[in-house]
Amino acid sequence: MVCWRLSKEMVKLKEALESCQEEYFLPGNSCCAGCGLEIALRWAIKALGPNTALVTPASCLNVVVGLWPKTAPNFPFTNMAFAAGAAAATGMSAAFKAKAYRFPGKEWNEITTITFAGDGGTADIGIQGLSGAAERNSDQIYVCYDNEAYMNTGIQRSSSTPHGAWTSTTTKGKDRFKKNLPAIMAAHDMPYVATCSISEPLDLYDKFKKAKSIKGCRYIHIMAPCCTGWGFNSEDTIEIARLAVKTGSWILYEVENGILTLSKASRPLLDPSKRTPLIDYLSKQKRFANISEKDLIELQEYLDHTWTRLEADLSCQEQYPK
Amino acid sequence: MTEIQEDFVQKRESIIIKGNVAAAYAAKSARVQVISAYPITPQTTVVEKLSEFVDNGLMPGTEYIKMESEHSVFAAVVGASKAGTRTFTATSGQGIFYAHEMIHWAAGARLPIVVAIASRGPAPPWNIWADFTDVISQRDTGWMSCFCSEHQEIYDEILMSYKVCEDHDILLPKFVSYGGFILSHTSKPVILEDQDLVDKFLPPLPNEEGWPHIWMDPKRPMMFGNLIMPSSFYYEFRLKIHDALIRAKEKIKNVAKEFEKNFGRDYGNGLIQERKMDDADIGVIIYGDLALQMEQAIDDLREEGYKVGMVKLRHFRPFPTEDIVEVAKKVKVLGVIDRATAFGCQTGGPVSCEVKSALHETKGTATVLPIINGLGGREVTLEQQKNQLKKLVKYFETGELPKDVIHGTLWDGLLEVE
Repeated sequence: MVCWRLSKEMVKLKEALESCQEEYFLPGNSCCAGCGLEIALRWAIKALGPNTALVTPASCLNVVVGLWPKTAPNFPFTNMAFAAGAAAATGMSAAFKAKAYRFPGKEWNEITTITFAGDGGTADIGIQGLSGAAERNSDQIYVCYDNEAYMNTGIQRSSSTPHGAWTSTTTKGKDRFKKNLPAIMAAHDMPYVATCSISEPLDLYDKFKKAKSIKGCRYIHIMAPCCTGWGFNSEDTIEIARLAVKTGSWILYEVENGILTLSKASRPLLDPSKRTPLIDYLSKQKRFANISEKDLIELQEYLDHTWTRLEADLSCQEQYPK
Repeated sequence: MTEIQEDFVQKRESIIIKGNVAAAYAAKSARVQVISAYPITPQTTVVEKLSEFVDNGLMPGTEYIKMESEHSVFAAVVGASKAGTRTFTATSGQGIFYAHEMIHWAAGARLPIVVAIASRGPAPPWNIWADFTDVISQRDTGWMSCFCSEHQEIYDEILMSYKVCEDHDILLPKFVSYGGFILSHTSKPVILEDQDLVDKFLPPLPNEEGWPHIWMDPKRPMMFGNLIMPSSFYYEFRLKIHDALIRAKEKIKNVAKEFEKNFGRDYGNGLIQERKMDDADIGVIIYGDLALQMEQAIDDLREEGYKVGMVKLRHFRPFPTEDIVEVAKKVKVLGVIDRATAFGCQTGGPVSCEVKSALHETKGTATVLPIINGLGGREVTLEQQKNQLKKLVKYFETGELPKDVIHGTLWDGLLEVE
């Protein structure tokens, strides 16, 4: 049985790899070694294909794509002001619709418009524009790559920074908990909300494929660890991202038209005994090196509470309108 | 209204509409493809009218996005314009200030966006009435900006503006502003041109390829706005914006000429419009809705035998320096009337400061008396304007400055406080 499941997985991986040999985020970019963002973007565009126009508000991505006039993305790519990602993408996708009307038969409306923003550009300064786009059901995929702080400006706290983590503006550890942005977005009744991790590229690939097939405003939140900001070795990025999932700190799920589904990697973790101890994840990162015992307990309680709430949400799924 | 215009109103069909509605009709006539908007007093009826047009299928193919803030409104038109569509929005006072970041962005990206502004005074205290400080505060963003003094001009100027902005030698955005409430909410006859004639003057965007420097198309991937080092071309790009603004003067003049040829309405040379200046001793430079009433004041004083004339300033950016230098040679005293503030500058008024700077080092020009009036919608009556002219006449005859000059500027119409 195990063998069969493994082979199915292998077949899928083989298929995925074969269907996405083409690279759209090209080598020569200036990402740090072991950058989580790079992996996230690379796989996202592999899934979406080249018929994609990307808007990115201020973030590491502005810098890592290369200094003018050199650039790594092999698809239309536009930088945007910090708070303006979702709104600019709204305008752009509206323009593609208008062009499709004016020049019929040219497939202008086949272009997928995406915003690719960091956690600061999403959960903090960009949340108004994002919430507006979600409420209007603006035709775009909004992607948040979450490295849990303002990494581009030098590791300052964002609302997405977890409790207890050191940043350059929370030198004693952050006192508040991570903002649960995917839940906030799901509360907008969007057609599609998903969480991903760079440690689960097949899951990420599938979710982007699915998002592409849906119209309206779609939100995908990717956990993308940052070796520089979190304090781990650059070869451990995937491992750290995987531990975030395995400990249950980062939960992979989809909310499709209001229906919540736990993704494969997170499904077994409904059973608390299947979760890797939180300390295994935290102890590998220097940002948690000085975390107090109190903060550690609070983090654990928060994690348990999150899962309890998730379980409750799953159990009342029947009451949701189909 | 000039004689030509009166003639047209009689001969041709016009409808009685608000200034804001004239702006909405202009966007419709211009066949804009993407509208993004957020309500703000006194701009609201522009976006309401556009909603009506779009909802009733009168603007087929136009995407109308109702955004959640002005910052997002400008971001959306920037996004839409980048994809190579003709875009439109309208806002006022606080909305402009909130969108300031994106206003810089639009000019830096060289996008030909046209925006109608129903101008209002900046808060605090809250003020929603005519005051051009809002649009003038965007002076250094690289946008063109112009003032309208009447309803028909709003409609006409928006059509002319698209033609100027979209010229491949210019490619810059533009504000078309008019006094909040005074023009935005009052109704007057406006001639709405036949679509065929408008299409001839301002054709819908001819091809899919957008602007020559940027468009979003996966078939030809482009990067836009990447970080640029100080040693690279940032500095040169800035120069190009200035250069385009200066060159836009000629374009504005040509388009005004072409507009007159097509539609018969005269807007001077496009940048300024003179009235009875040729034999005048005293002149005023004035802009916006107050310019229309000033025409009457000039005519009345002429009948009383005073040799007065006026210049309606149509464009603030690009500033018509050469034209101002020429008109200043015609008169001995030149009043420059602002309905806006530029705190802490030489005169306190943005246009008077600009005029003084333009005339600096030019011999044989008039003495300038800066005047500020009507801030935050304070009423400026015809009688008051005639008094302003008489004060200038007295200054010309006796060399005595009016009594109520403060720091060299006549702040006219202040409340009397004991």
